[in-house]
Amino acid sequence: MQTDLKAFLRRHGLLTGFGVFLIGVALSADGFVTPGNIFDVLRQVSITGVMAIGVTFVVITGRLDLSVGSMLTLLTVVAVDQHNVAGPGMAIALTLAAGIGIGMVNGVLVGFVGLNALIVTLAMLSFLQGLVLFYSGGSNVNVQNAQTTWFAVFGRRDLFGVPVPVLIFLMTAIAAAFLLNRTIFGRQVFAVGGNETAARFSGIAARWTVFWAYVLSGLTTAIAAIIMGSRVMGAQNTIGQGYELTVLAGVILGGTSLLGGSGSIWRTVLGITMLGFIQNGLLLLGYPYYVQWLVTWAVIILAVWVDLGAKRGRILA
Amino acid sequence: MSVTPFPTRSAVAGLLMRNHIWVFLALTIVVFSSTSPYFLTFNNLGNVLTQAAFIGILAIGMTMVMINGEIDLSVGAILALASALAIGLQDHIGIWPAVFVGFLSGAALGFLNGTLVALSGMHSFIVTLGGLIGIRGLVFIYTGENALMVSDFSYTDYPEIYLGPISLTAMIFLGLAVLFQWILSSTRHGRETYAVGDNIEAAHDAGINIKRHKVINFTICGALAAVAGILLSMRLGTAEPNAGKVWELWTIIAVVLGGTRLKGGYGSMWMTIGGVLTLAVLRNGLRLLNTPNYVELMVMGSVLILALVIDKLLSQREA
Repeated sequence: MQTDLKAFLRRHGLLTGFGVFLIGVALSADGFVTPGNIFDVLRQVSITGVMAIGVTFVVITGRLDLSVGSMLTLLTVVAVDQHNVAGPGMAIALTLAAGIGIGMVNGVLVGFVGLNALIVTLAMLSFLQGLVLFYSGGSNVNVQNAQTTWFAVFGRRDLFGVPVPVLIFLMTAIAAAFLLNRTIFGRQVFAVGGNETAARFSGIAARWTVFWAYVLSGLTTAIAAIIMGSRVMGAQNTIGQGYELTVLAGVILGGTSLLGGSGSIWRTVLGITMLGFIQNGLLLLGYPYYVQWLVTWAVIILAVWVDLGAKRGRILA
Repeated sequence: MSVTPFPTRSAVAGLLMRNHIWVFLALTIVVFSSTSPYFLTFNNLGNVLTQAAFIGILAIGMTMVMINGEIDLSVGAILALASALAIGLQDHIGIWPAVFVGFLSGAALGFLNGTLVALSGMHSFIVTLGGLIGIRGLVFIYTGENALMVSDFSYTDYPEIYLGPISLTAMIFLGLAVLFQWILSSTRHGRETYAVGDNIEAAHDAGINIKRHKVINFTICGALAAVAGILLSMRLGTAEPNAGKVWELWTIIAVVLGGTRLKGGYGSMWMTIGGVLTLAVLRNGLRLLNTPNYVELMVMGSVLILALVIDKLLSQREA
């Protein structure tokens, strides 16, 4: 029994740590466990959540995507601006196309040219931030007919009592989980992340697998940008700044290994949702927003400590 | 460590290709000299060197960590904490003790990063990503989200020592680079840092204490980030809670641009100086041309990818 508990902690150390913390918050903060508050948190989480789902594919292939924060900014600016110019339908189509396009560029550079994923997406982060300023001319954009447009559906409306962004988050997660667990592509993603050489020798087109993972990451970021644009009905030049780290923290908290080859969509959903609730709980307890950063750090250190037993006796991974 | 000369090429061509960053730096200097009359002046070049020094000092520590096969994302946050402590504490305990506490905080956090990485075998990316988030939280808690200002402005005079156009800050940067290049090339720690980064299993089998070298290098990286933070606080006279934000990215860009490999086992301080100066010259030159901010960001991104492609081609040729 005791060894079972140890094994469980080892596998799910991060989630357990956060779970215990959440129960503590729930017991001590007023207004935390109310439907209104829970839906508010889920509404906020849906944006980073949708992004994290795409990034999970990239991480499972053993790569990283740090460009999603800048990408979110650019795509939100595009969505909002095009909404004014070409109407909501066209704006959505263009945003999705742009997201897929940027994902393709990442995918070609990492998958086919074989460049280091961290640096390529870092370069992309800088490049896209420049593109945002170029596109917007440095000024904020706003939706002009915010009260009347049907574009508001994605961020502001409810369906059957559930906020639409939460439904989008859920549907994206279901589709992604199906793609990852029930299709050949999904198995190839795991294979490439687990052992790329072996995957190549087994006839898997590893380059294409990596390419498509980045395209998915671009696509989900575009979906997140549509939710963001609809929710805010405007876009600043810094709206997505730092999101790449929040998303990555959520993926890591869920337990997807940065080394690749393991992970799941549901764990990412859990990780990013918990992160959202922690943030909310600390605010309700009256702490300033930056205290949650310390908690994230502490939990990561805690997870490292829990991890110690499993790794003892090995040389550095 | 690939020091194999290119057998089919002349020694000069080989040397140039291995040090492509300096060729590139020379080219950028030539281009900007011809496009702006203000570029190639002693004053401006001195300024470039001073501006480069902050990222440069961070980059020295990052180079040590990267050659060791790791990465440190927390340097920007450590810089902010050290600068906040150095300014915030000086009314209570005096200037030099405050500076010393700032320095110690950086070294201690670097030691913590290194210990966590070494003990757990967890990817340093995760550990220092946690550090990046958490240490920034510490800065915000300490400063209460406000910029701290020195009460005694003589503090800002300390770095105002010049040797011709070269400021004390720039001299410290260059001095540290020389010192750590010496450590890399002429001490046991340096040699074993390369060995661990190149092939960790082989290094382990050869009896090298891997954990010790990792902890030392992370401590160096943290301590140097604190040095950069203290110098920044002296230059500005204020400590902003958001100081150094995304500087870890610029630092990584500078180091990689120089040619040090992320995989570890290859690189040098000369390359890093080249990368840091190229980055600084690009920024300065573009600003003198009055280009809008976005051009700078886009050029940086493109240059970085270009550097990666060159690096890729070179390592294929060597293999």
